[in-house]
Formats: sequence, C-alpha cells, structure tokens
Amino acid sequence: MMIKSMLVAATALVAFGAAAPAFAGESLDAIRERGSLICGVNTGLSGFSAPDSEGVYAGLDVDVCHAVAAAILGDASAVEFVALTAQQRFTALQSGEVDILSRNTTWTLTRDTALGLNFAGVTFYDGQGFMVPKELGVTSALELSGATVCVQPGTTTELNLADYFRANDMDFDAVVIESFEEVNAAYFAGRCDVYTTDASGLASIRSTVAPNPDDHVILPELISKEPLGPVVRHGDDEFFDIVKWVVFALIEAEEKGITQANVEEMLGSDDPTIARLLGSTEGMGEALGLSEDWAYNAISAVGNYGEIFERHVGVDTSLGLERGINDLWTRGGLMYAMPAR
Amino acid sequence: MTQVTDTTPQDEGERPPALSVGPLGWMRANLFNTWFNSALTILILWILIETIPPLLDWVIFSAVWGDVGPEPCRAGEGVGACWSFIHEKGRLILFGLYPSAEQWRPMLVMVLFIGLVAASARRELWSRNLAYAWGIGAVVMFVLMYGGVFGMEYVSNTQWGGLPLTLGLSTIGLVVAFPLGVILALGRRSNMPAVRSICVVYIELIRGVPLITVLFMASVLFPLFLPTGVTIDKLLRAQVGMILFAAAYLAEVVRGGLQAIPKGQYEAAESLGLGYWRKMRLIILPQALRISIPPLVNTFIGFFKDTTLVIIIGLFDLLNAAKAALTDREWAGFYMEGYLFCAIIYFVFCYSMSRYSQNLERKLQTGHARR
Repeated sequence: MMIKSMLVAATALVAFGAAAPAFAGESLDAIRERGSLICGVNTGLSGFSAPDSEGVYAGLDVDVCHAVAAAILGDASAVEFVALTAQQRFTALQSGEVDILSRNTTWTLTRDTALGLNFAGVTFYDGQGFMVPKELGVTSALELSGATVCVQPGTTTELNLADYFRANDMDFDAVVIESFEEVNAAYFAGRCDVYTTDASGLASIRSTVAPNPDDHVILPELISKEPLGPVVRHGDDEFFDIVKWVVFALIEAEEKGITQANVEEMLGSDDPTIARLLGSTEGMGEALGLSEDWAYNAISAVGNYGEIFERHVGVDTSLGLERGINDLWTRGGLMYAMPAR
Repeated sequence: MTQVTDTTPQDEGERPPALSVGPLGWMRANLFNTWFNSALTILILWILIETIPPLLDWVIFSAVWGDVGPEPCRAGEGVGACWSFIHEKGRLILFGLYPSAEQWRPMLVMVLFIGLVAASARRELWSRNLAYAWGIGAVVMFVLMYGGVFGMEYVSNTQWGGLPLTLGLSTIGLVVAFPLGVILALGRRSNMPAVRSICVVYIELIRGVPLITVLFMASVLFPLFLPTGVTIDKLLRAQVGMILFAAAYLAEVVRGGLQAIPKGQYEAAESLGLGYWRKMRLIILPQALRISIPPLVNTFIGFFKDTTLVIIIGLFDLLNAAKAALTDREWAGFYMEGYLFCAIIYFVFCYSMSRYSQNLERKLQTGHARR
C-alpha cells in the first residue's frame, strides 16, 4: 500500500507538470470528496489534544475539529488526526497535509501574515503566570523583586520573564532547568521562590504535582498573551469562514444556554437568535455554503464551548482550570461571539 | 567440564584442607588472592547488598500491580513501581493510535513477524520457500494493518503506532537499504570514475548529516517543494529518509569487508573467466559479507534504536507512544515505569539480534575468525 501511495504521488507529480492542481485552495470540496476532515493536533498535551488509553484523541483542540467535521459533513467522527510536532505544524498546514491545525498555536502577527496562515478565532486564552508558596504572603507579581525564579528554557518563557522584570525595574535570579519533572521537583523542594510557565500549566502542576495544592497560589498577573485557536491556510476564505463561525457558534450556544442535551428542544425555540443559529430560520447555513443544520450538528456532537471546556480542562478534570478569562464576556471573560445573522 | 572424582571415602587426614578446594578454595584463589582483590570484592559485595534489595523491592515486592488506577501508587512513601500504569497504558504504548476494536490485527502482525524471523533464524530452513513465505507474509501483514478488505475496517497509516511501527520501520528500512548499501559499496570501489564519484558524494553527503536532519528534511522541507494539495504520505517520507540514511552506513560497512578480501581472490575469480557480477556474487561478496557480520549487526542494532527519532515528525513509535501515555495528567509522573517498559522491549530485540549474530559468525567461520 505504501508503494501504491508512492505511485499515486509520482503520478500526481507528473500530472502537475501538465496542469496546475485543480483543488488548490478548495479545502471544502476536498473535505467533502474525501469524506473526512484532516486535523493537525499535538503529539500529546493533556486536556487539549492527547491520545487516551485506548489511543483515541481527546481534548479541547480535538473537539474543535469534531465540531468542524460535524458542521461540514454532519458526522463528528469523520476526522482523521495527524500528530504534529511544533516544528512540523506550519509546514503540514501550508503543504496541505492537514486541512486545519488545532494544536495550541498562539496567534501572532507574523504567523498570521508572513507564514500565510489564518487564525479562525480563539478557543483558549492562555498567558504566562507566576506561582508562589502561600507562606511567602505575596499577592502580586510586582512584589517579586529579588526572587529566585524556576523556569524551563524555551523561546518565549524565559524572555518574557526577563522582559517583565526589566520593565518593572526588579531583579531576579533565574534557576533554569530543562526537564519538566526536574523543574517541578526544584520548585516544590524550595530551590526557588517562584515558578513561571503558562498559567494553564501552573494550574495543572499545582493540582497534580504539588504535595499540598492549597500551599501554593497563582498570582493574578499574566505577563504574556497566548491566545490559542484553530488555524487554516491563507487563500481559502470559504473554509476560513466556516471554521471561524463554528467556533463562534460554540460560544454563542453557551451564551444562549444551548447544550448538547437540550439542542433538540431548542430547535423549537422562539428566540430569533437561536432559531437562526440552529437553522430553524433558514439562511445562515446557505451563506456559509453548508446545510442549515451545521450548528445543530456541531453542538449536538460536542456541546457548547462551556461544556467542552469543563469536559477537558475544567475544575473537575485533572487539569482543574477555572474559567477565568476564558469565561463568556457576559460573565467577565473574553469569549465573545459575533452575531449570527 | 567434567572431572573424574574419586568417590572412595577418605580419612579426615587424607582430604585436602577445606580452604584449598571446593567453593571456599575457589573464592580464596579468585576473589581474595591479594589484599587489593579482597578489598574490591568486599566493596562490590557491599554495593550489591546496598542496591539490589531496594531495587527488587521497588520493582517487585512493593510495586503496585493490576487494574487499580493511579491512587494506590500515590499512597505515599514506600510504594514501589506503579505497574498499574503499564496495565492502563500498555495498549497505547504497544499499538499507538490503532483503533482498540481492531487491535487483534497489529497483534497478529507481530505474531506473524516474530514467527517469520524465528523461522529465518534456522539455517536449515534457508531456501526459496522461506523467501516466498516472507513475500506472502509481507502482503498479509500490510493487508492486516491497512484493512479495507474482507470486512476489516480501513485503518489509515497515520493511526499506526507502537511496536509494529518500530519493527516495520526498521525491518523495511534494513531490507531495502541493505542491497542499496552493497551496490553503493561496489560503486565506490568501481573503476568507472562517474559511478565512483556519484557513490562517494552520496555516501559522504548522507553520512555528513545526522539522521534527525534527514528526517526533518523529509518531513518539513520536502512538502514545501510540492504543489499545494499534493502530499506524499508522512510515514512513507520517513521510511524513505531512513532507507537513504541506512544505505550510506551499510555501504561503508560492506566496503570494509570488501577491502579485507586479498587481491588474489579477485585475480583467481578473473582467471576462472568470471565476469564482474558473477565474480562479485560468487567469490567476493560471500566472503566480504561474512567478515562484515559484526559491524553489520552493529549498524542494524543502531538503526533499530534510531527509529525512535521519528518522534520529531510526530509518528507514534514505541518510545513516542510511551511519551504520549505519560502526558496524561491523571497518570503524571510515572516516567520510570514507562521508560523501563520500553527499555526492556528494546533490550530483548537488540540482545536477540546480537546473540544471533554471534551464533551466525560461529557457524559461518572458515578460518578468518580467531578463537
């Protein structure tokens, strides 16, 4: 079979000499023809995209792909997952190996422009934070002058730390440790006063690694912005719109109280916003080039945004994250869906 | 070591002193013959006593076994290895993302594969039929892995993983790379300048970069040269990269063997009127390959372990699947167990290869080997 795919590839290469590929940029057609969505995910990041004990991918980023597949194909299980490393992910998307990249990728200007990508919304707002032992009595990151900080070497974590302390005219000693386990051990053994990494990471380290989670506090300041969301290629606006509006639909559903359980009865709702979203009032699906039940399919497959969050990363999971800035705008968070009309 | 022992009862006075024969005598002669050796013996004994019981305790006696979840492993001090982690994640480590309902298929593939390898290890079975068996076996294994026929569900190769992937990548890699390596080695010793320079450039170019770079090129750079929408299977790209890499190394090993063959052998073959290919096939290569067995197996073992580098292109080979299993927050921290489990599997395969090659060397030796 491997030989067969080699032959197919060779034929495709030869064919390319004669004619430009007819399907470039036509992601939607390609997905429909194939009957499945190819989704690039992380090789293993608990809560976002990681294989479970049965080898089935699960997580917040994974459910975004399930929702998109449900909206386009009406079948949430019609997703093929491709595990990608941090180095591979953009090439895989650019070269068309995957249709959509849903792999805890931070939305930045250069990625959005020079790399030829389109970020279709934000599904998780992360940011670098600080954790300190409660007994130090520190309540704000601005009181950390002179502290010893445990940090993993990495492109941005270390730089953000240095930038933040310099900008606020404070000193610090960095204890830089490569391995995740060792940096945890160093912090909990008291080798440093402060531990810094992404806030979602801090919360889960506190809940799973700390001998006593109540002895540690995560300070309110986030010193970097890490908005994570699904990404598609430049130049295919139709598919870009679909992914964007599936994300909005999941958020809107939470705002309107539509859940996986009640989406059936919500079809008969009098609320015009709900009727438009779920397709009881026609028009939205057609505008996206999908069937009218696109949002209904997505929500009945994975639930609304809040349900996805609670299922994979929320307080009852092993990550144990609060909604925080990932709450709806109506409750003081940043999740805001554009009106579907 | 059979000794004829005199069993006639002896008087007390006729027996040699207890300290010069038997186990005590042996210990005195070998372990305590000088003060330095005595000190070393005592030191080593002390180290063993200090390390072995805690290790056994950790691995076996205090370990947590069975399907009990992560809680008993976190019960506190004195709890040993958490083998319930392997119980829970063993499936993921061994078979990666392969759908669990279809798990019997990779399992059957492994049984078939190990059966074929075991059959090939017996020299009396070496015949044309064995080659046919491998050919049919390979087709059956691919059909089982992919499915899509005979009512088996189709499983895309993006879902392959674990041990079948590790074995597949290394076996296919070596089987294809070996003849390529032989040809490259012959090419490098060829009298034709064009052939020779192509082979030299190829070998030196590939050997000049790390395998991780070759894989990276294959998985990250290569797709950028293709038009959008045209993609070549990720697994295939990795496999081709590994074949090209292994071939360059094998070529140098084989060339070492070729250089060890005396010039007289070449001349003798030529005086028999053999052409180049028959000379190589009948006279030179059989001798050259035989003396290359130790470095060849060395390369095989290295290559088998190098397959773990596919981690950088997101394939779930045995080690990467174990790493993925370790990312589960519920089971966070059981690194020792996960890596030990993989290490044992790798050891079993590498050690078998090594033992078999020693065996083969003994059987094939015709005068080169030193006793």
